Amino acid sequence: MTAERFSGEAGLVTLTLEQAVNWARKGSLWPLSFGLACCAIEMMTAVSSRYDIDRYGAGVFRASPRQADLMIVSGTVCRRMAPYIRKVYDQMPEPRYVISMGSCATSGNIYDSYSVVQGVDRFVPVDIYVPGCPPTPEALFDGILKLQEKIMRQKVFGAKTVTAPPRGTPQGAPQGVP
Amino acid sequence: MNDLRSVAERLTQRFPQDVVAVAEFRGDLSVTVRKSALLTVGRFLKEEPGLEFDYIVHVSSVDYPTEPERFEVVYEVYSIRHRRRIRFKTRLSEADGEIDSLSSVWYGANFMEREIYDMMGIRFHGHPDLRRILMPDEYDEGFPLRKDFPLQGRGWRDTFEFLEPPASPAAPSSKDSP
Repeated sequence: MTAERFSGEAGLVTLTLEQAVNWARKGSLWPLSFGLACCAIEMMTAVSSRYDIDRYGAGVFRASPRQADLMIVSGTVCRRMAPYIRKVYDQMPEPRYVISMGSCATSGNIYDSYSVVQGVDRFVPVDIYVPGCPPTPEALFDGILKLQEKIMRQKVFGAKTVTAPPRGTPQGAPQGVP
Repeated sequence: MNDLRSVAERLTQRFPQDVVAVAEFRGDLSVTVRKSALLTVGRFLKEEPGLEFDYIVHVSSVDYPTEPERFEVVYEVYSIRHRRRIRFKTRLSEADGEIDSLSSVWYGANFMEREIYDMMGIRFHGHPDLRRILMPDEYDEGFPLRKDFPLQGRGWRDTFEFLEPPASPAAPSSKDSP
């Protein structure tokens, strides 16, 4: 928050409405309960009391995409799973974010085979890529913190915040706010 | 061990024409039978008093692409009462491509034979529900576990038909016209 001013005497903070909205959004990321492979085990560990993902406000895992705004793609994306991932993504309300957790979701990892999609960004726009095989909970937290930084830079008013590209556009490069 | 040898002897005595080979390796007994006798051998192994191999452990298949009888289907059965297991297998050529289903003898063979059909393209005669089981029903690239199948498939993993924009409005049907 660069523009805020803190007035100690009066106990007041002044900041733009945009910053306030982004601040509220970044501190209340509701992830989707969505595990695909071994990365999901690390994701669950991140939720446990030892690591406590709730410190970053991202601990309310929802069972329905309609109540979630963060999809953590944690694991190998099989081609047969792809339409369902896209469907779940399409059902999430905007603004929505996607973290590609681990090498498999990012690039397919070693699974250069007929059934594995070579990166989830081929059909869903990805905001943050977390490297690792699997990433530790700390690495996932680093991804969440990076996503929070990204959210703080987001335009709220008078700007298009939609992160989804039009359907049918070729995927590849991550899209979304800079 | 002598135990298993007695099983092998009973098989060779009962099916002198159809048992092609008996092999023993590190305590495992493998019997190769002719394709035409597969069903009778299977029923004999399951129902003959003293044998009673009542549990089907696994059904798998092997591809030897350079050999005339290219495919091998391997059945592993276990007798819970007598605590012993044997493996019996049979060979078939690609042109033939069909083998008797043993799911009428061991119902547990049902899904495993479906998987072999899905991955290797071997058809099981008499199978109650011979459909693909892992790949989608409409998958048309062939059989992925055959040795001549390209490792990365034939483009299915990179095609996302669900991303295509909805088809242009259909030509007005006769119902719409006055």
